[in-house]
Amino acid sequence: MSTLTQQNKISDLINHSGTGFESARNSAKEIFKQQGMPALKAEEYKFTSITKKLDSFLTNSLQAKAFEVSVDRVKSSVFEGFEGDVLVFSNGIYQPSLSDKIEELSISSISAVADCPIGSIAKPEKDIFCALNQASFQDGVFISIPNKVKLERPVLFLFLNEVSDAQVIQPRIWIESGDFSEATFIEQTVQLNESPTFVNKVIEVKGGMNTHLHHYRLQNEGKNYIEVSNIETDLLKDSTFNSVVISLSGDMIRNNLTINILGSNSEGNMYGLYLLNGKSHVDNHTNVDHTVPHSESNELYKGIMADYSRGVFNGKIFVRQDAQKTNAFQQNNNILLSENAVVNTKPQLEIWADDVKCSHGCTTGQLDEEALFYLQARGIGKLQAKGLLLYAFAGEVLEHIGDDPFKKYCTQLVENRLGSKF
Amino acid sequence: MLSIKNLHASIEGTPILRGINLEVKAGEVHAIMGPNGSGKSTLASVLAGREEYEVTEGEVIFNGKNLLEYSPEVRAREGIFLAFQYPVEIPGVSSTNFLRTAVNQVREYRGLEALDAVKFLTLMKEKMKLVEIDKKLLSRSLNEGFSGGEKKRNEIFQMAMLDPKLSILDETDSGLDIDALKIVSNGVNQLKTKDNATILVTHYQRLLDYIIPDYVHVLYKGRIVKSGSKELALELEDRGYDWIKEAVDSEATV
Repeated sequence: MSTLTQQNKISDLINHSGTGFESARNSAKEIFKQQGMPALKAEEYKFTSITKKLDSFLTNSLQAKAFEVSVDRVKSSVFEGFEGDVLVFSNGIYQPSLSDKIEELSISSISAVADCPIGSIAKPEKDIFCALNQASFQDGVFISIPNKVKLERPVLFLFLNEVSDAQVIQPRIWIESGDFSEATFIEQTVQLNESPTFVNKVIEVKGGMNTHLHHYRLQNEGKNYIEVSNIETDLLKDSTFNSVVISLSGDMIRNNLTINILGSNSEGNMYGLYLLNGKSHVDNHTNVDHTVPHSESNELYKGIMADYSRGVFNGKIFVRQDAQKTNAFQQNNNILLSENAVVNTKPQLEIWADDVKCSHGCTTGQLDEEALFYLQARGIGKLQAKGLLLYAFAGEVLEHIGDDPFKKYCTQLVENRLGSKF
Repeated sequence: MLSIKNLHASIEGTPILRGINLEVKAGEVHAIMGPNGSGKSTLASVLAGREEYEVTEGEVIFNGKNLLEYSPEVRAREGIFLAFQYPVEIPGVSSTNFLRTAVNQVREYRGLEALDAVKFLTLMKEKMKLVEIDKKLLSRSLNEGFSGGEKKRNEIFQMAMLDPKLSILDETDSGLDIDALKIVSNGVNQLKTKDNATILVTHYQRLLDYIIPDYVHVLYKGRIVKSGSKELALELEDRGYDWIKEAVDSEATV
């Protein structure tokens, strides 16, 4: 296996690590050496041939260095209407001097927090890209929300990417929240050039008790963009974690989202929308682990696929033996607009408790021709009628974005896409 | 206004309409009756431009224009309105948004200015009275969770909003109780002018007590086999369709 591993360009990355966290990096390296990149038929990457893709996509395995970012560049990159604080990442590396100071929070480069237990939530043995990031990321950000702090304004992670020869970017984020806290984090990525870029991102979220966190991510990058992201959170009691992921463009995207419910009366909500055209490939793997009684999860992922695009959805729900009175709901709906578009959807429920309510469903279909005719028969042009119907389908996910300016921004992007020829 | 000549149409290769001839002038109300499966709804669908049907022969001239060349939306903008037998529920599309889009696209085609929000709401309020439709219904998604009667009322409300020249009501009476039927008929009657026309497609005579037709046509096996005045409808109510079927079928065998 290890000799095979060496053939993958990406494997060389683990020999170019950043500073600090020596033992965490070393253990991640060991795991990477043992497991290597996902093989072609590896169950977790069955429909997303990421190894093959990266081999043909990357010209080397060098990590991009931070490039110089002007204040004007930051201002012009932030999405229109945003009202909040911005944390700037240059090629994935946190830039304190360009970022807003947020009084209520304690924020620093992760390298300055030697005892930050990286890899204790997004464990390197669970996903090889976590291992890769942990072994070799350059520098990330550490965010701590003190007890009883309710952030009024959202925090924007602004990822500015401009790569040249070195094409790999590995952001690393640790968020920990105190008890009775609340915050909203938004992810926006801006590609400043068209060079092939591979982003391998890891976000770990350690929740306190009665913590309410919202995470919104927009993926609207060029066709030369590959991303694998892992976000994992541990939730203690009386808490909520809301995630909305909007994927509109990119070459290949894999989102791994895991919510571990470790305390009662907590709730994990996962929403996703993927609108794909060309040859875009977006794979959402979600995982919610109910380990204690009285918790809830809600999940709705919706996709519209045109041209030769491919959507993948895999939703795991674990309900452990102790997790009585769990409510877990999952739904994945897809519309295929072309004969060549593909969707692979797989609900995966493992239920060990006997007093639970769980449901799941997935549908894949075409645009409702009868509804289309109805709208046309009222004088609405075909293109616009299609847009109305598709927007009605997609809107259900957008509704879950709790930050109004971001919702408005995403809604506009989606409307523009759906009102055009897609 | 409308001139249908020798219209043949089929679906998936099966002929349904086999030579329809019909002239409708402004100000007239025509009822098209007939037993189930005679092609009544097909005729309505073909006129509105439903794509599943293939017109194999004949022509349809609407106000001097070859209707069959137009897409469904252009027919609507030209002034054709089809009240659906089964109005479609469209979750996520708000009734008001939908109507405003439709009204303004139709107006634009007719060279009229788009209605702003205020003017649109004023128009809506005026037309809502006509079919006694509750504004709560219109704040919901289009037809979603509406009762059968509410859906039909919504069809007539849309008709009022779009101000068509030729309205085709496809079995609008089916599934309505007598009160709803009165409200719907009343709406249709109020919208009637000397410049527009109505085609009522119906299986039963009941509707024709409330909307009085100028002509009644009986459709059978894809052809209009008998035409007459409103008395024909009463005769059909008394005697059913069998005598007509027999007459036609025996003619065919001779």
